[in-house]
Amino acid sequence: MPERLRARSPRVLALASPGGHWIQLLRLAPAFVGCEVHWATASPDGRADAEAVAQAQGLSPPRFHRFIDAHRHAKLRLVRQAFDVARILLRVRPDVVVSTGASAGYFALRLGRLLGARTVWLDSVANAEELSLSGAKAGRYADLFLTQWPELARPGGPLYRGSVV
Amino acid sequence: MTDVFLTVGTQEPFDRLVRAVDAWAAGRSVRVFGQLGALGPRNYRPRHFPFATFLARADYARHLAACRLMVAHAGMGSIISALEGAKPILVLPRQAALGEHRNEHQLATARRFADRPGIHVVWHEDEVADRLDWLIQCEDGGKGQAPTTSPELIATLRDFIFAGR
Repeated sequence: MPERLRARSPRVLALASPGGHWIQLLRLAPAFVGCEVHWATASPDGRADAEAVAQAQGLSPPRFHRFIDAHRHAKLRLVRQAFDVARILLRVRPDVVVSTGASAGYFALRLGRLLGARTVWLDSVANAEELSLSGAKAGRYADLFLTQWPELARPGGPLYRGSVV
Repeated sequence: MTDVFLTVGTQEPFDRLVRAVDAWAAGRSVRVFGQLGALGPRNYRPRHFPFATFLARADYARHLAACRLMVAHAGMGSIISALEGAKPILVLPRQAALGEHRNEHQLATARRFADRPGIHVVWHEDEVADRLDWLIQCEDGGKGQAPTTSPELIATLRDFIFAGR
């Protein structure tokens, strides 16, 4: 890529489902200082969360995107969620995608990589004894594949580099 | 003002815990507020304290700030919120064997976090009342310490994001 096109901040898409995944993702905010950060979750509260954490950590004003929620009792919504995530990726065109889970994060890593982004999966700290379902699937699409429990680390990934708590 | 803020996360109801807290609240002059998830027609509805199915972030923050003690499932969102809010938390893990979750990761979470100051675990709903009686009398309920994200984790992410720049 010509140097001229690189003369901008790295563009990061930080995406996770609401609840515990999202709360853990927000705790990675200090890593995004100096980046153009786009946050995405399925809850309308995400925008206020992203603004609060950006102010607390001295980030530039955050951009926020929302996708449809899906869980184990609403499997058809997963299809709509995948399209939502694709739409966000095409709009943002991130250099780096970071996710803590769950299904939406899997879609973001897999599709993000197709679009040329480098990808990070940080498996949820809730998964202390085995990787999450989404993490086990997303790992092969992660350029940086991390677990928050040393016992789950493997030489080929996931790696352990600390946790959000 | 709330003494106890009960939250079961944003997805599925958790009747076993709600019923135990309701039974405890029945004979006592304590103020409890519950956030109980997407209650279906067959889910248990407490008779001794007010509740909502979902709370907007601002309302969640208000109840958290006002309470003396959080009671929750063993979800990382609830646990991190309690630590960030400097409130003690009592957790009862959901069990997939009882249809309360997709897998048994909450048992693993509870095992791993049970030794942290401020995080109190009960393994059976029968233990909830006695433990609540104890914790509500403790000064600050043995609250925990604010969590920090590992500096190594932040540094690893920054190195990755800025690689080649």
